[in-house]
Amino acid sequence: MTLSVPLEPMPPTADWRDRLPTEGDRYAYGFLDEGAKREIRRKLLKAVAIPGCQVAFGSREMPIARGWGTGGLQLTLALIGPQDVLKVIDQGADDSVNAVNIKRFVKRVTDAALTTDTAAATLIQTRHRIPEEPLRPHQVLVFQVPIPEPLRLVEPSERTTRRMHAEADYSRMWLYLYEDIVKFKAITVGARYPVMVNRRHLMDPSPIPRWDVPKLNRGEALLLFCAGREKRIYAVPPHTRVEPLAFEDFAFRVEAFDDRRCERCGATTTFLDEVVDDKTGRRVYSCSDTAFCDKIRRRGDRETPSPEEKRG
Amino acid sequence: MGYVAVRGGAAAIENAAQFSLVRRAGGDSNLLEPAQIRDQLHFAVDRVMGEGSLYAPDLAALAFKQAAGDTLEAAFILRAYRTTLPRLGYAEPIATDAMRLIRRISAAFKDIPGGQLLGPTSDYTLRLLNFDLQAESSARTREAVAQLFKDTAPLAPLPERFPKVVEMLRREGLLAPRPASSGKEEPLVDITRQALTFPAARSAQLQSLARGETGGMLALAYSNMRGYGSVHPVIGELRVGYLPVPYKNPVSGVVETIGEILVTEAEVISRIADDGGPAVFSLGYGLCFGHNETKAIAMAVLDRAIAATEPAAPSEDQEFVLTHVDGIESMGFCNHYKLPHYVTFQSELDRLRNIQAEETSARDPLS
Repeated sequence: MTLSVPLEPMPPTADWRDRLPTEGDRYAYGFLDEGAKREIRRKLLKAVAIPGCQVAFGSREMPIARGWGTGGLQLTLALIGPQDVLKVIDQGADDSVNAVNIKRFVKRVTDAALTTDTAAATLIQTRHRIPEEPLRPHQVLVFQVPIPEPLRLVEPSERTTRRMHAEADYSRMWLYLYEDIVKFKAITVGARYPVMVNRRHLMDPSPIPRWDVPKLNRGEALLLFCAGREKRIYAVPPHTRVEPLAFEDFAFRVEAFDDRRCERCGATTTFLDEVVDDKTGRRVYSCSDTAFCDKIRRRGDRETPSPEEKRG
Repeated sequence: MGYVAVRGGAAAIENAAQFSLVRRAGGDSNLLEPAQIRDQLHFAVDRVMGEGSLYAPDLAALAFKQAAGDTLEAAFILRAYRTTLPRLGYAEPIATDAMRLIRRISAAFKDIPGGQLLGPTSDYTLRLLNFDLQAESSARTREAVAQLFKDTAPLAPLPERFPKVVEMLRREGLLAPRPASSGKEEPLVDITRQALTFPAARSAQLQSLARGETGGMLALAYSNMRGYGSVHPVIGELRVGYLPVPYKNPVSGVVETIGEILVTEAEVISRIADDGGPAVFSLGYGLCFGHNETKAIAMAVLDRAIAATEPAAPSEDQEFVLTHVDGIESMGFCNHYKLPHYVTFQSELDRLRNIQAEETSARDPLS
């Protein structure tokens, strides 16, 4: 038995094989076979045409585990081309282990250019955050989604939730929020806050903090969502109206950081990670979006770059 | 200051790989050859092939070696390889009565046409640790194996086909009739090419179960047998053997045999709960790659259980069973909780602190 993979005859450029790292040429460009990429692109078109609607697709197995970004990865691999510049973040950080792992894999099977600079990226794959820097029209943001069904909170059966979406019957979700207010005087949903897209489909924005929810509304970039394990693709095209569920007398609220600021860059308008200092036991805060934090610091003290910045 | 632990990814990943190498190969013993695993740890290989959904004993053995004996991980590696292979076509349907048997039993009848064949099984051996295997001599074991066949006269050729036990019941009208064909065959659904939808086509049900994780299926099937369900199974027939794989040549249209696969097949008989009609038996069907009787029987029980029109227990709910038996998906999702969740947790913290602050101020209006 031989180990070589039959390759599809599909070189994107004449010399693409030469540019691949060793062993890479056992796999097709972008890992997925052309049939899979074609299917994903077609399903993406459907998803873009019906904003917020979950489109089922034949999710392929990936060499990273289910729940670790196989959905986002499939979109990235189906979309990426030699001209693209890729950024991958996990919980806002470019150098988080899983983000690094995904980047290494995409690099190995596409030889794509990588960046940590949000503005320089054409394709950004993210888990649980939207970059602080506003996205531009040429950019695509790919979300890794663990649970694509916003109604799963109130209904475990897929068969039933499909019908609820078809009938735009979201009463049980509203009821859930209402009961939450009755019980706790607050909506207790932390991350993964349900949003209404284009006034038609209830959508799970993936477990982004509520802080990022307003950034979904009428943005300039194309937002794509994919759940590999649950085999669903959905999308928010640019300039689409996206509203978090809220009541007239009970407004949607983002996380409150009061007057706290980032310990590293001093920012007061970013989503902050809370860290307990090893030595003093003091709670300190720093930007969750590390690339943005670095950028502010560079802007702030150009004269004296700190050692931390040289980390690369 | 301890600036967020899960950073500095690239070097950490390299180090983790090196640690794993030391854990697998750092001992004094000889390194395993995949061929040894394929031949001597065949149950592990079969399980990996079944759950990895790829019939490739050599690759499964390699995956098992690479995963250092973690069957979930090995099946995952095999699946990740399988996904890169083009789907060239589908085999023709296989009639399993033509199986080249190594084992065949029925718990329903003492005597079955063609006879019971115990074959290689540990069912009736005492599970006492065999200390002789601690320092087994290859030469002596080989000699013993050779001796086994020395004086064995070749048997008369086995029959080409062994009739199915359940066919006897069917002829007597004791088995629920097959659902009437509407003239048009139900289209084949391939869950590796399209997402599972509910109610799932029968082909999708069986495919999901055949790829399912042995332990997970066993737990669900056991819950049903034990009381959270209504399947009281009798094993009509359990077969282990080799099946030829027929494939229609897309050019010539001729059906050719392209290989042979070892499979385990279980047919479970269970009384249908009376809903007015005549009392009959119904059938649950299980088939999986390799020799894995626990999985085949659990699959047959679940196949029967999810045929329930009004599920009374989780194991009878088609959606519940089919969406939770896949080992690669469940294991991946379970382990993903190891990933950092500090953004989402921050979000939860904010809610909780907020609620607690409100409660405190409500209790003590002066504060």
